[in-house]
Amino acid sequence: MLKVNGIYKTFNKGTINEKKALNGIDLQLNEGDFVTIIGGNGAGKSTLLNSICGVFPVDRGSITIDGNDITKLPEHKRAKYLGRVFQDPMMGTAAGMQIAENMSLAYRRGMRRGIKWAIPHKELEMYKEQLSQLGLGLESRLTSKVGLLSGGQRQALTLLMAVMKKPRLLLLDEHTAALDPKTAATVLELSDKFISEGNLTAMMITHNMNDAIAHGNKLIMMHEGRIIYSVEGEEKKKLTVDDLLKKFSEISGKEFANDRALLN
Amino acid sequence: MLGFLGAMPGAVAQGIIWGLMAIGVYITFRILDVADLTVDGTMATGGATLVVCVTSGMNVGLAMLAAFIAGCLAGLVTGLFNTKFGIPAILAGILTQLILYSVNLHIMSQKANLPLSVEKYNIILSLRNIPRAILVGGIFVVVIIALLYWFFGTELGHSLRATGCNPNMARANGINTDTNKIIGLILSNGLVALSGAMLSQYQGFCDINMGRGAIVIGLAAVIIGEVIFGKIFKNFALQLFAAVCGGIIYYIVITLVLRMGLNANDLKMFSALVVAVFLGIPFWKRKIAETRSSKEAV
Repeated sequence: MLKVNGIYKTFNKGTINEKKALNGIDLQLNEGDFVTIIGGNGAGKSTLLNSICGVFPVDRGSITIDGNDITKLPEHKRAKYLGRVFQDPMMGTAAGMQIAENMSLAYRRGMRRGIKWAIPHKELEMYKEQLSQLGLGLESRLTSKVGLLSGGQRQALTLLMAVMKKPRLLLLDEHTAALDPKTAATVLELSDKFISEGNLTAMMITHNMNDAIAHGNKLIMMHEGRIIYSVEGEEKKKLTVDDLLKKFSEISGKEFANDRALLN
Repeated sequence: MLGFLGAMPGAVAQGIIWGLMAIGVYITFRILDVADLTVDGTMATGGATLVVCVTSGMNVGLAMLAAFIAGCLAGLVTGLFNTKFGIPAILAGILTQLILYSVNLHIMSQKANLPLSVEKYNIILSLRNIPRAILVGGIFVVVIIALLYWFFGTELGHSLRATGCNPNMARANGINTDTNKIIGLILSNGLVALSGAMLSQYQGFCDINMGRGAIVIGLAAVIIGEVIFGKIFKNFALQLFAAVCGGIIYYIVITLVLRMGLNANDLKMFSALVVAVFLGIPFWKRKIAETRSSKEAV
C-alpha cells in the first residue's frame, strides 16, 4: 500500500548546520498495517512523516501510495491520501473557525472546492453523529469557535477530522505528547478505535515505549536517519521496554538517552 | 458647530466610499492575515481607470467594471510576487505599489490628475448631490457585503479563511494555500479599485496621489469598526458592515478635528498615530496580563 524507497533528506546542505535527517529509508506497509515508530530526538521520525506528507521535497528516493508515485506532488495534492494529526494540538484545526466549519473543511479533503455552500444542512447531522463518537459533548457546540476548545478537545477533533474522510494512510506525529496523561490516554484510545473500526493503515510516532509496544502490529526503531530495528506480529507482542532498550544499545552502540521514554 | 453639522453628510458619503475600501483591507488583513500595501496604488488605479474610460465615452457601469478588473490585476501581481517569487507579502505589496505609480501615470497619459465633470458625463455619484452619493454608496456597500457573505460561506470561501487562519492545517486538508492567497489579493484589490472608481466620481477628478496612505485609512476603519462594534457584531456580514461604519466614523472624526483647527497637512500623521495606538492596544493588554500573572506566581 505505502512504499518508501531509499529516501534521503539533508537539511541546510553545505552549511555548518548541515543535518542528515534521513539516510536511506526503506519501508513497506500493507493494507491495515499499524506501525509505531520510536527513536531518540533527531532520529528522523518526524522528518519521515513530513516527507510522506510532502512538507518538503526529499533529496533522493521515491514514495508511492497504492502504486501512485507521490514523490513530486505538492503537499496539498497528497492530502487526499492522508489524514494527519500533529504534535501541537493547535496545528490541526483553524482556531478562528467554528467546529462545523472545520469539519466541513476536512470532509472536502481531496475534493475540488467550488462555490457550493460549504455546510449543506444535510451534513450537520452527520457532523453531530461523528462528533458524538468523541464523547466530549462537542456535538452540541457545532457553532463554537475551535479556538475556545482545550488542547485535548482540539486534538480529538483533529483526529476525527483526519479519519472522517477515510484516509489511505493516517499519520500520527506524537499526537498525545503535548496532552496531560488522562487526555493523552483518551486520545490514544480514540485513535485505536478509529484505526481498527475503519481498518486504516496508520503510522504513529511516540516517545512512550509502552504505547509503542501496546499499539499496532509493527514497530520500527529509528536512529540517525535510519531504521535500525523493525519487528512485527507475535514477536512484537512479546516485546518489553527492556528488550527495546537493549536492542537500541546493541545496534546503535549507545544508551537510549531519552528521559521521556525512560520515565514512561 | 453648525458648520460641522453641515459638513456631516459629506463626511458620511466619503466614509461610505472609504468603507468599501476598508472591506477590501478586511479581506487581506483579517481573513488572509496579510498586510497588503498594494492598495495605496490600487486606489488610484481604480480612480484613473474610471476617469479615462468615462471621458473616452464608456458607460459608467462598464468603466467601474474596468476599474475593478484593473484592481484585480494589481492584486494578481502582488499575489504572484508573494507566492511564486517568495517575496514577503508586505514587500510584494510595496513593489506592486511602486509599479502602479508608473502604470497609473500611463493610464492618465502622464498627467498627475484628470478632471471628471459631473455636468459633462453621466456618472452615478458626486459631491454636488451628497444625499444621492450616500444612497448610491450605501447600495453598493450592501450588495458587496451580501456577495462576500455568500462567497465566504462557500467551499472556496471557507478554504480561503482556513488559509489565513492556519495554513498548515489548510494544506493538510488539501487546500492550495498559494492559490488562495492570490485569489484573496485579487478580490481585495478589485474592491479597493472599485472604491477608487467611486471616489474619483465623488470628488470629480482622479489624482496620482489619491491613494497615498490608503492602507492606513483602511486599517483605521477596520480597527475602529472592531473596537466599537466587535462585541455586538459576531456575524461575518455584520463584521464587514462594522468596517464600513468604521470608515464613516473615521471621516466624521477627521472632519471634526479639522474644524477644531488641526492643520490639514498633519492629517496623515494624525491618522497613522491613531492606527498605531489601536494596533498597539492588544499587544499592551497581553503584556500587562503577563506581568500580572508573573507577579502572582512570585
